[in-house]
Amino acid sequence: MQEFIPSVIELSYLVAAVLFIVGLKKLGSPATARNGNRIAAVGMLIAIVATLLHQNVLNYEMILVAIAIGSAIGALMANRVEMTAMPQMVGLLNGFGGAASALVAVGEFWRYITATPEVPLSETVTIVLSVLIGGVTFTGSLLAFVKLEGWISGSPITFPLQQPFNLTLLGAFLVTSGWLIVEPHQPFVFLGLIGISLLLGILFVLPIGGADTPVVISLLNSFSGLAASAAGFVLMNNMLIIAGALVGASGIILTEIMCKAMNRSLANVLFSAFGSAQTTTGGGGSSSITGDRALRQIDTEEGAMMLGYAKSVVIVPGYGMAVAQAQHAVRELADQLERLGVEVRYAIHPVAGRMPGHMNVLLAEANVPYPKLYDMDDINPEFDRTDVALVIGANDVVNPAARHDKNSPIYGMPILEVDRAHHTIVIKRGMNAGFSGVENELFFKDKTMMLFGSAKPVIEQLVSAVKEF
Amino acid sequence: MAEGLMIGLVVFTLATFIGFEVINKIPPTLHTPLMSGSNAISGIAIVGAILVAGDRNLQLTTILGLIGVVLATINVVGGFWVTDRMLQMFKKKEA
Repeated sequence: MQEFIPSVIELSYLVAAVLFIVGLKKLGSPATARNGNRIAAVGMLIAIVATLLHQNVLNYEMILVAIAIGSAIGALMANRVEMTAMPQMVGLLNGFGGAASALVAVGEFWRYITATPEVPLSETVTIVLSVLIGGVTFTGSLLAFVKLEGWISGSPITFPLQQPFNLTLLGAFLVTSGWLIVEPHQPFVFLGLIGISLLLGILFVLPIGGADTPVVISLLNSFSGLAASAAGFVLMNNMLIIAGALVGASGIILTEIMCKAMNRSLANVLFSAFGSAQTTTGGGGSSSITGDRALRQIDTEEGAMMLGYAKSVVIVPGYGMAVAQAQHAVRELADQLERLGVEVRYAIHPVAGRMPGHMNVLLAEANVPYPKLYDMDDINPEFDRTDVALVIGANDVVNPAARHDKNSPIYGMPILEVDRAHHTIVIKRGMNAGFSGVENELFFKDKTMMLFGSAKPVIEQLVSAVKEF
Repeated sequence: MAEGLMIGLVVFTLATFIGFEVINKIPPTLHTPLMSGSNAISGIAIVGAILVAGDRNLQLTTILGLIGVVLATINVVGGFWVTDRMLQMFKKKEA
């Protein structure tokens, strides 16, 4: 019996890997996604049980206690978290995964130097790599979490000579790695490597602004997978290598999609805070709006009139709507309009919200059926036939300047073409510029009506006005 | 050892390609659940942590492994659970 166990474990890992792939595939359609997630969870359970059968695993009691503690904390977090706080949650979990991978590598290294006189070169290299990726994922994710929670400012933090400093630090890491290969029995060299990795994670996220967090979260997601893969190379365990590679690939794809949606390269997102004086973080007060162009302002009565008599309405929600917690009011408005026979759809820009697909989750929470949510490419050709486009708390993603103004910082960014609709109503708190600091020419178009006020009360007033139709 | 490393690299590369193929087809609507779900999968580090924590003699390696098990379990349970919570809200018709 005993000699079969290694094969049983390997076969269980194979089954788990297949379940992960099937689960991820099923996550591709809203109808099967929930099952897909469960299938992946079953795969994880199989992998964990199989590992407990391993002949070197004897410390059952303590491991089970550790699993119980982790499960309780995880379940509590997952139950309590608000949907608006999902980016923080995912960021924090990324960090824990990265830390676990790094701990595996550190533990293995310690076992080697206490048990054997020599550490094989390939082992040292994979351990160093694992510590680096895991460490960067850990502190980078924690900092992203702290920024998203608003404990520190979300704006880019820079200091003089930041880039040369980071490069020097990376160089120091390489030199120290070389030192460790020569003298593996010096604990302080290894501790130095751990320290540099943790510092690099912080320095990596520090200069990235709040509006770029979708990219950072996606990238850290990828890193957490790569960290697991690296730990798999340390232990020569295919389960870790495969699962980590799957997550690494998924994170890279999402990162690329986010970058494309903002028309920026990854390098630009990561390093643009240096030198270029870009972000004016949407602070208070109306910024420099040239006064000679006229805005058309309406009140909620007129707004309700326009919406109620329209045949088709497209709602464009931005993060401003989520911040104002107005999604339930928006859903109610849509219900009332549909009662009057108006066709209501939602247009979702890829970077609406704080992480990929965030807006879809927020609207799903407000009971908006997902077939009514349209991606940018699907809804843009429809604006020509739309009577009213209702923009709520979105700015840069609807700025027509991205199409034609070569001098605009957002030139080339794909936008929702609300200006092609017969009329556009923009609900906005004030005349602040968006994240990019660019004035939005949409607001000055003849067909655009401005409805100033905080999203939630404004929409609630629209609801009660429409109810009287 | 070097041979094991090569096999590992082959496995890693092929798995990455499968990942690209499978995930490329996922619509933007589901990107957040995809991310939290795949995030839970990266908690596979729990397998490594269990192996490292397996020794009966309590020493530094075991302790590091046990901390790793706690963190990875938070990642696994929190990730799958919150994904399920999100996905149950995705409905075709209004409730």
